[in-house]
Amino acid sequence: MSSMTLGINFTYIISAIMFIIGLKMLSSPATARRGNLLSAAGMLLAIVVCLMNAGLDYKWILVGMAIGTVIGLIAAYKVEMTSMPEMVALFNGFGGISSLLLAWSEYHQHPELSVFLAVVTFLSAFIGGVTFSGSMIAFGKLAEKIPSKAVVFTGQHIVNALILLVAVGSGIMFAMNSADNYTLFLVVVGVSLIFGVTSVIPIGGADMPVVISLLNSYSGIAACAAGFVVNNTLLIVAGALVGASGIILTKIMCKAMNRSLSNVLFSGFGAKPQAKGAAGPQGEIRPATAEDVYYILEAADTVAIVPGYGLAVAQAQHVVCELGELLEKNGTEVMYAIHPVAGRMPGHMNVLLAEANVPYDQLVEMDDINPKMETVDVCVVIGANDVVNPAAIDDESSPIYGMPIIETHRAKTVIVLKRSMNPGFAGIQNALFFNENTRMYFGDAKVAIQALVAEFKSGD
Amino acid sequence: MEAVFLIFVFVLAIFLGFELISKVPSTLHTPLMSGSNAISGITLIGALASLKSDNVQVAVILGTLAVALATVNVVGGYAVTNRMLEMFKKKDGGAK
Repeated sequence: MSSMTLGINFTYIISAIMFIIGLKMLSSPATARRGNLLSAAGMLLAIVVCLMNAGLDYKWILVGMAIGTVIGLIAAYKVEMTSMPEMVALFNGFGGISSLLLAWSEYHQHPELSVFLAVVTFLSAFIGGVTFSGSMIAFGKLAEKIPSKAVVFTGQHIVNALILLVAVGSGIMFAMNSADNYTLFLVVVGVSLIFGVTSVIPIGGADMPVVISLLNSYSGIAACAAGFVVNNTLLIVAGALVGASGIILTKIMCKAMNRSLSNVLFSGFGAKPQAKGAAGPQGEIRPATAEDVYYILEAADTVAIVPGYGLAVAQAQHVVCELGELLEKNGTEVMYAIHPVAGRMPGHMNVLLAEANVPYDQLVEMDDINPKMETVDVCVVIGANDVVNPAAIDDESSPIYGMPIIETHRAKTVIVLKRSMNPGFAGIQNALFFNENTRMYFGDAKVAIQALVAEFKSGD
Repeated sequence: MEAVFLIFVFVLAIFLGFELISKVPSTLHTPLMSGSNAISGITLIGALASLKSDNVQVAVILGTLAVALATVNVVGGYAVTNRMLEMFKKKDGGAK
């Protein structure tokens, strides 16, 4: 090892340390931003040092990096906060495919691989390919470019199992003799792309937080495998960190829905309407007008706002924040109770509310608000449904039974803001709407809250 | 032996990752995800190092594509994470 390569490898250790400290700093909102910048600086350092390697093709490196930087920056600064999930999915897919391309290019240069190298080349290409096409489908579903509902057909599991079998089989044959099996490698690439599609289409829109977390993990593992291919420890360390973080997030999301990962991945939840007897809970609903809601809120001491995906769809985060500020001026304590899977990716609601200038100390987690729910005067549920459905607690036949929810039904009064009485994603009717202490306030979230804000302003 | 060493590094890093991430509050899950997503663009380093001037044409094309796409992942990922984290403010922090 020349002193130059030695120096480069030592600098990679520094980069790895910067990634680790950067991730650690992400654990508090106060230091998170600096943590991200530190991590970015670590990446920049690694890139600069890597360019000192001998014999690089700078012309094409420059072309590739210039194109990538322009696209990345434009996308990052153009994207709406409500569209963050699809943006992350898209970036994630790009990371995945670059692992595939890297493995391919290395294999093309040096087709005679040891068994170990052939195995990691296969893994890098396969996982990279699945990450890419899976992320593209997730992107399409989140951006509603393709139907976000779960797509299921009979024999789906068998088809998926067969595809996986073909992949593993080709992988083993490839590992035995990589030099004469170029076509087989192309088969692996093709199969990986198909498998990414077929494994994500049966997953419905509301399960996207799990899928994105999982794909995030895959992209890390693909980078890791690529690290084995090019014998670079920095890729292995950084890839493993991301792989682990994605797995943890996946676990948290599954727990928040009280479902196992295999249930999320294979059940096609929400694809078929729940064949439940007599359409579930029925009863009388109590509609309220903007004025009614205004009087209820005006008299309240504590108000908990419970946002859901409907808030993102209506782009209502700014008016909600305005309403919160008016309530505070009125002497009301305001908090935002956020379910871990509200929205389309983990922490989606928090980002939207932060965008609307809601200070992060007003954002309350589900486990913190539930014990003191009785003391909350009014819960305002905006565009959320399943995450506040009491059937999760008391109806054993309900498909969401056992899922932890924000127990708004225990608050003194609940105001549910909804566009119509249509049941939520899971197709389950919500008993909360028929409770005696519930008022239904119908309308588009943004318009309806604007009406409330107007009431407050004219009331002063 | 080389392979064993690399796998050793890999296993340790996985455990480190678990330790680091389980402490992140749910408020920050989206930035965590996009930030770690940017880190997964680390493939860029491998892609850069493998783009040698004596590569055959197909490898050059594949390598350049890998560099471009990994750069989108890295640059876009960090930029968008920074944009999100800028918005997280404490009450009356007045920062910015």
